[in-house]
Amino acid sequence: MTLTIKERRNKSGTVLVATGEINSETSGSLLESLLPLVREGRPLRIDLTAVTYVSSAGLRTLLVVYREAQHAGVAVTLYGVSEEVRFVMSATGFLDFFETGEAAAAAVRSKVAR
Amino acid sequence: MTEARSEQVLRVDAYPTHEVGGYRVRAGKPFPFGANVVPGGVSFSVFSDQATSMTLVIYKRGEPEPMAELEFPEEFRTGSVFAMTVFGLDHENIEYGYRADGPFDPATGHRFDARQVLSDPYARLIAGRDVWGVEPDRSRGYQYRSRVCLQDFDWGDDTPLRIPAEDLVVYEAHVRGFTRHPSSGVTAPGTFAGLREKIPYLRELGVNCIELLPVFEFDESDNPRSNPETGEKLYDYWGYNTVSFFAPKAGYAATGRYGMQGDEFRTLIKELHAAGIEVILDVVFNHTAEGNEQGPTISFKGLDNATYYMLTPEGYYFNFSGTGNTVNCNHPVVRNFVLDCLRHWVADYHIDGFRFDLAAILGRALDGTPLPNPPLLELLAFDPVLRHTKLIAEAWDAGGLYEVGNFPAYGRWAEWNGKYRDTVRSFIKGDPGLTGELATRIAGSPDLYTGRGTSASVNFLTAHDGFTLADLVSYNDKHNEANGEGNNDGGNDNASWNCGAEGPTDDPEINALRTRQMKNALAILLTSQGIPMLLAGDEVARTQQGNNNTYCQDNELSWFDWDQVDENAELLRFTREMISFRKHHRELRSTFHPTGRLRDGLGMPDISWHGERAWQPDWSAESRLLAVARCGTGDEDVVYVAMNSHWESHDLELPALPGGRSWHLFADTGALAPYDIRTPGAESPLDNAGKYLIGPRSVVILVGRSDAPEPRDG
Repeated sequence: MTLTIKERRNKSGTVLVATGEINSETSGSLLESLLPLVREGRPLRIDLTAVTYVSSAGLRTLLVVYREAQHAGVAVTLYGVSEEVRFVMSATGFLDFFETGEAAAAAVRSKVAR
Repeated sequence: MTEARSEQVLRVDAYPTHEVGGYRVRAGKPFPFGANVVPGGVSFSVFSDQATSMTLVIYKRGEPEPMAELEFPEEFRTGSVFAMTVFGLDHENIEYGYRADGPFDPATGHRFDARQVLSDPYARLIAGRDVWGVEPDRSRGYQYRSRVCLQDFDWGDDTPLRIPAEDLVVYEAHVRGFTRHPSSGVTAPGTFAGLREKIPYLRELGVNCIELLPVFEFDESDNPRSNPETGEKLYDYWGYNTVSFFAPKAGYAATGRYGMQGDEFRTLIKELHAAGIEVILDVVFNHTAEGNEQGPTISFKGLDNATYYMLTPEGYYFNFSGTGNTVNCNHPVVRNFVLDCLRHWVADYHIDGFRFDLAAILGRALDGTPLPNPPLLELLAFDPVLRHTKLIAEAWDAGGLYEVGNFPAYGRWAEWNGKYRDTVRSFIKGDPGLTGELATRIAGSPDLYTGRGTSASVNFLTAHDGFTLADLVSYNDKHNEANGEGNNDGGNDNASWNCGAEGPTDDPEINALRTRQMKNALAILLTSQGIPMLLAGDEVARTQQGNNNTYCQDNELSWFDWDQVDENAELLRFTREMISFRKHHRELRSTFHPTGRLRDGLGMPDISWHGERAWQPDWSAESRLLAVARCGTGDEDVVYVAMNSHWESHDLELPALPGGRSWHLFADTGALAPYDIRTPGAESPLDNAGKYLIGPRSVVILVGRSDAPEPRDG
């Protein structure tokens, strides 16, 4: 399955809308799209509403983006994380790194209690 | 330029030199073994001493047939190691294995069969048993598929905790069983993620170390039996049948179907550490899931049978493990395999220690005879990476080697103290003639561990293997019919007593006695010198209905029933306060065996023994009463523990206390809750300072101190 990426800019920052699966095959192009946006220094929102699956390599790519953003002092927020993706991110600990917002079913699959 | 990208440098070894089977390849690096992601590709390295040729078999993930079979060119072989880097592989979406060709001649130990695809012994992930209990497709040629794994977990500032051994309170638990019960209320029952949600419970209980039953990939479906009463399938629930030693069990991960079990397990460990809880793994190096001549060929058998297994001169398998085969642990190659494996779990998973199943086997020579100076045990004791990990031996094996107290320790190894278990169980039951040995056991077994200190002794009364604490006081005999072996499996020497009725009863007196007996056991265990170990669920009276060998029971017989947390709140509170008490009293955790000599400035010996009369212990065969007072190893307090396994009450004359101290009551298992135990620091002063009436089959704990502080809570 492929991944399509669309970029939208508004006053408060940049929104990147991803559609498809983020895995080892598609994460390279995602990283290529995201890194220049991080370097711009504007707040970045990654909309995952239409992302059905994030693989181990995909989660790592998102974490690399987060680390780059941290280095550049840029706020990165994940939006629209589906219940399944949120669950996987939570179980593997990746969710703890990110700021997330308005996710569907977020209340059901909230972060695993510490 | 960011830090990460500045490290991208051009490398000569990022370019192929050969083409094999349409794939660009070059000679790989022999070390490290296994599959490792390198620039542009994956490096595969595997050992076989006698193979005449080796072929790398690559599958697209989940496909039944290989997408490539790449024979290692002769020039890619260094010594007995075949190593090859394959470029252009999507490491996340492949599975791999090996075909090793060579002689099939069991009489000389060789069982090569190039028709078989073999798992990589160093595989860090295994696919094929991704979700617990899903019936596998046995028609597939390659069942346990090696996968490539990135080793880039973000640990933050986490490191192993290095809690001093003497301060540990170990909690032995099964990953699945801990949260699989419907009452657990966790998001993903039966998984690493589920266990993570129960960390607050462990914290509140007060344990600071969780010892997990095997988590290396095993096949829960390899048990052919079914329950003769219900017809239900039986499993290999405990997991002492390792399929792959470097891979965490996928079926224990909520994300196992995505191959993310490594990250999920690491996240659990990271959060346990953040909560101050160490993680010890129960590891099984004595045998593998390949069994004997009739067993499956998974990995070692086909790669290098004669190296990895102990074989008779005729080429049959020695069976010191009782499970078919015995790993040839003191062969130099296998020694390194064990070392590499443990280093992997410490370095890549931040594991704090290991408990070695049937560890006496690790001290046997290549022909099975016990070695005086086993090189493997020495190697592990001094290894730089393992330097601060806990090493705990189950110091016996199924071949009759019993080394409790004699396990080669090299100043590092601790032991499951089976003699502690047997003595204290028998004493609690009311057997005569035990006060002398009881004294030795609760003082850290100086007869066994002279020169090694008290923390060489892991004290326990129950473990996964045997009765639970509740069953120990509810059954005289084992009831293992559900295992399908005609009740012939499991130990017969349980030193259990049913308190008057076999199994569940409505008799309030019997039930009260059982509760008291459980409290007695916990009170003795948690005031003994040495490392205490609790079996998960004993704090809430978990029952296995008399089954003392639930290795195959993946059901409510084995699972932790969380409803019992409320139902048995009295016992839970008692356990919690006892653990807290241990933490409050350094003298209970002294690393030195007590001497009985007077401590300067305290006016009492570090340990003293008492009976009905102070300073006059009764060591006679009829005696079932012993009291011990400890002081002077860092605390000002004196702790007095009176243990009465007699069915009669006794008037205790209490020893006079030095330095203006007076006796305060912490616990009396003969009293009804909530008066059975106090919060440490909130003990109540005794009305009659010189005497105390200890009830039948009871334990009394007193604290001698110079002040009476305000209670810390209600």
